[in-house]
Amino acid sequence: MAYSEKVIDHYSNPKNVGTLDKAKTNVGTGLVGAPECGDVMRLQIEVDEESGVIRDAKFKTFGCGSAIASSSLATEWLKGKTVDQALSIDNMDIVEELNLPPVKIHCSVLAEDAIKAAINDYRVKNGLPELVAEKKAH
Amino acid sequence: MKLELPIYLDNNATTPMDPRVLEAMLPYFTEKFGNAASRNHSFGWVAEEAVDYAREQIAKLINADPKEIIFTSGATEADNLAIKGVYEMYASKGNHIITCTTEHKAVLDTCKHIEKTGGEVTYLDVKEDGLINLAELEKAITPKTILIAIMYGNNETGVVQPVREISKIARKHGVLFFTDATQAVGKIPVDVNADGIDLMAFSGHKMYGPKGVGALYVRRKNPRVKVTAQMDGGGHERGMRSGTLNVPAIVGFGKACELCMNEMESEAKRLSAMRDRLENALMELEETYVNGNREHRLPHTANISFKYVEGEGLMMGFNKNIALSSGSACTSASLEPSYVLKALGLGDDLAHSSLRFGLGRFTTDEQIDFTIKAIKETVIKLREMSPLWEMFKEGVDINAIEWAHH
Repeated sequence: MAYSEKVIDHYSNPKNVGTLDKAKTNVGTGLVGAPECGDVMRLQIEVDEESGVIRDAKFKTFGCGSAIASSSLATEWLKGKTVDQALSIDNMDIVEELNLPPVKIHCSVLAEDAIKAAINDYRVKNGLPELVAEKKAH
Repeated sequence: MKLELPIYLDNNATTPMDPRVLEAMLPYFTEKFGNAASRNHSFGWVAEEAVDYAREQIAKLINADPKEIIFTSGATEADNLAIKGVYEMYASKGNHIITCTTEHKAVLDTCKHIEKTGGEVTYLDVKEDGLINLAELEKAITPKTILIAIMYGNNETGVVQPVREISKIARKHGVLFFTDATQAVGKIPVDVNADGIDLMAFSGHKMYGPKGVGALYVRRKNPRVKVTAQMDGGGHERGMRSGTLNVPAIVGFGKACELCMNEMESEAKRLSAMRDRLENALMELEETYVNGNREHRLPHTANISFKYVEGEGLMMGFNKNIALSSGSACTSASLEPSYVLKALGLGDDLAHSSLRFGLGRFTTDEQIDFTIKAIKETVIKLREMSPLWEMFKEGVDINAIEWAHH
């Protein structure tokens, strides 16, 4: 199977690989997937407490090229958005941007799950109620 | 010499054809086009002579009688013919077949078909090193057992089963022994008499011959084995496989066997030395594991898991330059990793992290050097990007985490 150029680009030059201090109250961490399924994504956001804007985002992903590209793209999109705006990122936007084939749609779903999980972690840390996300089929 | 890219290291999937094989085949597409079954004119005789010669070349490689070679379209057809053919031919004796969980799908799916038609199949587990347990094999034999179907060398791990011990057990209980030797014939010495093989499937395109041709060896004496034809027609191949013979491919298959016969000994040494060098260099990486028994193994195969990186993602790092295959099945709809590796007891995570290297006649030392460097670099890069690697380094027990399975 051939990868799209955008997937190859994110894979070769991933954006925002790294780790934020998960102990900080303004850092939200989402860890989704499972090693047995062949992909695990960890996505982290660091939120500016004054403005509610995500000022940094980092990821680490165990998975195929499409999973790496989906998480790299997600961190790009997250930076500069408010937490509420970030909630509107839909997995199909990722599919479209990266030209993911149908067998790789689950990678985009995982990235969306990771975003939501990171936001929820941030919310819980800051005394906000957890959001119940609609369940998407993987 | 400049290194040409991409490098082909997927010789267990298929091999390039040797130019000497092509040369032998060419006349049989054009001027020597006859039907080997045409008995009344020279065109037919020329074709028949060529087929007879190829049959001898093939028989010689496995120490069989030329009459014991039944041409098929490949190993898959030969597997089907052996298992279904024996099942039907020996129905009055019994309906039980013994095989193992690491067989090729051509054997496993044929066995599943047999089960649907009322047959019984025992699937033996393998040990952690990929070898079957001989005591378990013997224990599985019942008065209804008619066939033991155990492969010679595994396509994914290269593990070579104890064929001679298996055949001894089969003989002792009056059960036929069939082996799929697709990966072994032409690579290591296979001798149907010394090995005690009753039926054996193999294929042209895994040994530098053409695709679309293979053979089933069917023993003619001690005991005389028969299979029920699965293809009805003109009664070719002693009535066991009808259909006009694919003369050019058969000529190529014969030539390929002759070349393997002449070059096998030195080639096996060369390949195993290269394979070991590749393996040892990659094993310098932490948390890297060789899958399958390293001693009882085909000389050209290595299967290695790089823990905490995913196989398909790993391949993407170099698949522009190196062609090989992975035990990860991220592209398949099921997302299930290799059943062969799982049968060895590997967790899904390690199975997802595996690469299969299949070296071949045209593999060079320079290619191996390039491969070692490219894979090491990619593994290191992807581990830096892997949350599992980070957890491992921090001493987090990954198995203790409650993963959300999807």
